[in-house]
Amino acid sequence: MLKIRNLEAGYGKLKVLRRVSMHVAPGEIVTIIGANGAGKTTLLNTISGLIRARAGEIVFDGKEVGRMPAEKVVLLGCSLVPEGRQVFSSMTVKENLILGAYVQYRRNKKDLLPAGLAKVYGLFPVLKDRERQLAGTLSGGEQQMLAIGRALMGEPRLIMMDEPSMGLAPLIVKDIFAIVRRLREEGNTVLLVEQNAKAALRIADRGYVIETGRIILQGTAEDMLANKDVQRAYLGRDLDAETMV
Amino acid sequence: MNVDLFFQYIVAGITYGTIYAVVAIGFNIIYNATGIINFAQGEFVMLGGMTAVSLHRFLPLPSAVLAAVLITMIVGALIEVLFIRWLHKPSVLRMIIITIGLSILIREIALHIWGEGVKALPYFTGTSVSSIKLGGVFVSPQVIWVVGISAVMVALLSFFFNYTIAGRQMRACSANREAARLCGINAKNMVTLSFALSAAIGALGGCIVSPITYVQYDSGTPLAIKGFTVAILGGLGNSFAAVAAGLLLGILESFSIWVMPAAYKDVIAISILLVILFVRPSGLFGSREAASMKEF
Repeated sequence: MLKIRNLEAGYGKLKVLRRVSMHVAPGEIVTIIGANGAGKTTLLNTISGLIRARAGEIVFDGKEVGRMPAEKVVLLGCSLVPEGRQVFSSMTVKENLILGAYVQYRRNKKDLLPAGLAKVYGLFPVLKDRERQLAGTLSGGEQQMLAIGRALMGEPRLIMMDEPSMGLAPLIVKDIFAIVRRLREEGNTVLLVEQNAKAALRIADRGYVIETGRIILQGTAEDMLANKDVQRAYLGRDLDAETMV
Repeated sequence: MNVDLFFQYIVAGITYGTIYAVVAIGFNIIYNATGIINFAQGEFVMLGGMTAVSLHRFLPLPSAVLAAVLITMIVGALIEVLFIRWLHKPSVLRMIIITIGLSILIREIALHIWGEGVKALPYFTGTSVSSIKLGGVFVSPQVIWVVGISAVMVALLSFFFNYTIAGRQMRACSANREAARLCGINAKNMVTLSFALSAAIGALGGCIVSPITYVQYDSGTPLAIKGFTVAILGGLGNSFAAVAAGLLLGILESFSIWVMPAAYKDVIAISILLVILFVRPSGLFGSREAASMKEF
């Protein structure tokens, strides 16, 4: 579904991604883990078209999208739930969702809007209750649900999520991960970027580890959970202390 | 001051205030879409008035006004496409200089086309001396036209921004440009649309007010200063606040004639602008918190 080969990208003179290659198959949850500043967000922003690729290729559904602007990539069915939620805070919850369905409108499927709204409200009943409220007045968890709902309104085939658990209370983080899992059960494909590596690997099929702009490790989620380097670097397990005992 | 005179001042204030509000709304629309102040906004008002006067030689008044609005709208869109669209993340200072440059350019072109003469459209109904008696006040029919058309325009704009797809897209772009792009909205086209829309609003304002205030190649600048004052006074970006602030400034100016010579009328606007910029840059109705987060 998504194939990336030798991708390079960055901001101005700063080169962030170095020869990144990865892929996502239909129906998978793939997670990318890594420390702050490793290039996770840059990778997602480049795939979604907010940043232009410098070299290499990004192929989504057989089409090269590396040099396509964001508004065209989303039309192909590749949606990003951006870092820090980025809801339209001065607009109502319902307006946010309607704007998410704008790509459907562009595809001449605007009659699917009520069905899309019903689906998102089914997934997130709290958004239905807050329909007329301004998005900026929602709590962090509700805003995250709205951001996910907005992306879902466009009926994407691939949903990319950038740190959906960032800044949320542990209980809500659990809800968000349950939702990601449910999205997959409904046949969606998810590319998940997370700092919360343990939680992400538990729900994912496969994972990639990114460090200073390079993919340094990849494999199935179980293998990665068992990998000692990953455990030490990202899962917070102190192996040295354990062997000393 | 007797009661009749008092209301006469009020009516005059409302008339001018409405025009200031219309210019300020033009500022706000572009500000919301791009975060910049378009200092050529007053020139749109002048262009609308001038074009309508020229077209009125061969077209009936309503079609001349409509055509002038459409032409100015196209000019506005062209300006954005030619001078602004291709800039990559321009700084605020650069945008200010570009729009000031554009305003000088448009003024000089207007001077070449229309000369220095003062022109005006005829009164939409009646003549310059006809008046309607409302209560104890005599009101020129053109005042009714100015206030009426502006009110309809504000209502239509509010409908446009709240209930149409293009309007919601524009609001989405001003709320969060990147997120709007992630929803498939072409942010650059929205900026072009905002220039077209605010040119059209300015032009319509220029047409309806020209029978009262006349129009000349350089009549846009003073209006732009007043409109800018009103936009700042209300709080940049807030169109309903602009209406309130416009009426407030119009009425203040109108009553200033009572206490000081008419020549000092403009002092009021400039003083208010300075005081607001020093004391409360977020405007009367703007939120300080939001203003502190803006670059400009």
